[in-house]
Amino acid sequence: MKGLRQYQWLAGLFVVALLLVGCKTEHPFVKKTQFKDTDKMVITFAAPVDEAWATDVRNFSAYEEPDPDIRLTIKEAALSPDGTTLTLIFEVPLNTGEAHIVNTTNIVSEGQDLGAAELTVKKLYFGVLLTVVLGAALINNFVFTKYLGLCVFFGTSQKRGTAIGMGIVFTLVMVFAATMAWALYQFVLKPYQLTFLNIVVFIGLVSLSVQGVDTVLRKVNPVLFKAFGLFLVLVIANCIAIAVPLILADNEYTGWESFSLALGAGLGFLIALFLMACAREKLELGQVPPSFRGLPIAFVTAGLFALAFLGFSGLSIY
Amino acid sequence: MSTTTKSNAQLFMDGILKENPIFKLALSMCPAVGISTSVMNGVLLGTAVLFVQVFSSCTISLVRNYIHPKIRIPTYTLTIATWVTVIDLVLAAYVPGAYKAMGMFVRLIVAFAIITMRLEMFACKEPVHKSFVDAVGMGLGFMFGMIVLGAVRELLGSGMLLGYDVLGFKPLLFFVLPSAGFFVVGLMMAFFNWIEVAYNRRKEV
Repeated sequence: MKGLRQYQWLAGLFVVALLLVGCKTEHPFVKKTQFKDTDKMVITFAAPVDEAWATDVRNFSAYEEPDPDIRLTIKEAALSPDGTTLTLIFEVPLNTGEAHIVNTTNIVSEGQDLGAAELTVKKLYFGVLLTVVLGAALINNFVFTKYLGLCVFFGTSQKRGTAIGMGIVFTLVMVFAATMAWALYQFVLKPYQLTFLNIVVFIGLVSLSVQGVDTVLRKVNPVLFKAFGLFLVLVIANCIAIAVPLILADNEYTGWESFSLALGAGLGFLIALFLMACAREKLELGQVPPSFRGLPIAFVTAGLFALAFLGFSGLSIY
Repeated sequence: MSTTTKSNAQLFMDGILKENPIFKLALSMCPAVGISTSVMNGVLLGTAVLFVQVFSSCTISLVRNYIHPKIRIPTYTLTIATWVTVIDLVLAAYVPGAYKAMGMFVRLIVAFAIITMRLEMFACKEPVHKSFVDAVGMGLGFMFGMIVLGAVRELLGSGMLLGYDVLGFKPLLFFVLPSAGFFVVGLMMAFFNWIEVAYNRRKEV
């Protein structure tokens, strides 16, 4: 028995050693690699490298991780004045969603040969997820730049309390429904080639999620249900609720990306509702021409918000 | 069984004018704002909505006596989703260019409040021929609204109608920008209200 324990321990050590070896593809001299814009890579070294070596593009070759046969052409290699940061500029825009591998010849630093390096350049996953959330909430706000969910938007943006309640309920249901929709799409619809049933399945799923949240909330927290139960029915009438599953199916999002997209869509809807409710509460006090009262002035206000949200299109995070 | 006393002609005209889905009922506003940049878009999406509305109304009207009241809303949703899938696949196959221009809006017909509302308020109580007339009226009313919006935006924004150059210059490029949809819909609604108010006042005098 004791002997077996020892072997287990050894096996554990072996696995850890394997993992360490497996992770260690980076060169010790290279501190950091990252993408910049759509056609550049930035490599940061621990100390200055020789300019003659670094600016010669023949010393580098790059490819996307899945296809090593397709080499990407490097147009230019630029070294920063202090010699530690190298920027590789490519001829064509890179598919920055995919990991890239850069092979270098022997790195030369201050006359010393430090050996060849194989570098992996990829986006950090949390950065990608944050981009999806902010993209759906601000840059491509579903209400102001995609013009979806307007019926519910104009219906529930008269008071701030209602707006917040609707926004929160919608976000919760959306996250739940979108995650389920992703699982259903990836594991059932796609393997059995039933993707033409997307619309039927997703609308059914959204209705079911609403019914599920309704039942659970009624039992678990009746006080909360009294405050928010009314909004649950409105979630089904919101076209964002069906647009999000369709978008994540069309773009083949991964599970966490789907989660982020739903979160972003919900937050964006909440922001839009809250802003609009604030403006409409003030409008109540203003002197609006009779033919503009009610919905027409609300539409004009929403138009102004939409113009303001165009400004977010300049926001690029990653 | 029939509860309505309106004649077929009345039902038909109500959908287009008195209960116009876009300007009067203010339902299904998303496409009215999002893709009303040209007359052609209005015609195509209007056709799709008309198709879905007519077929869903007729289907529900046919089986109206067999639907249990407790599950009527899911029944409506699934019926609409089925017909939307049909028109979605047909449009994608036969007019792929225009289908791309409309983006997701064809598939989002499934969430249009106007269709569910007509099923709930009309088709589940009335016989098939009345439902058919009502559905055609509502569908044409939607198409009419989309075409009017599209014509205003296309004419003022790019000086064209249905792709033909009419004015020869571009009066207000602003109108084809996506966010102008909100302004155009708001101004049109105010315009219709203003006509109605003026008309009623004249009748009183």
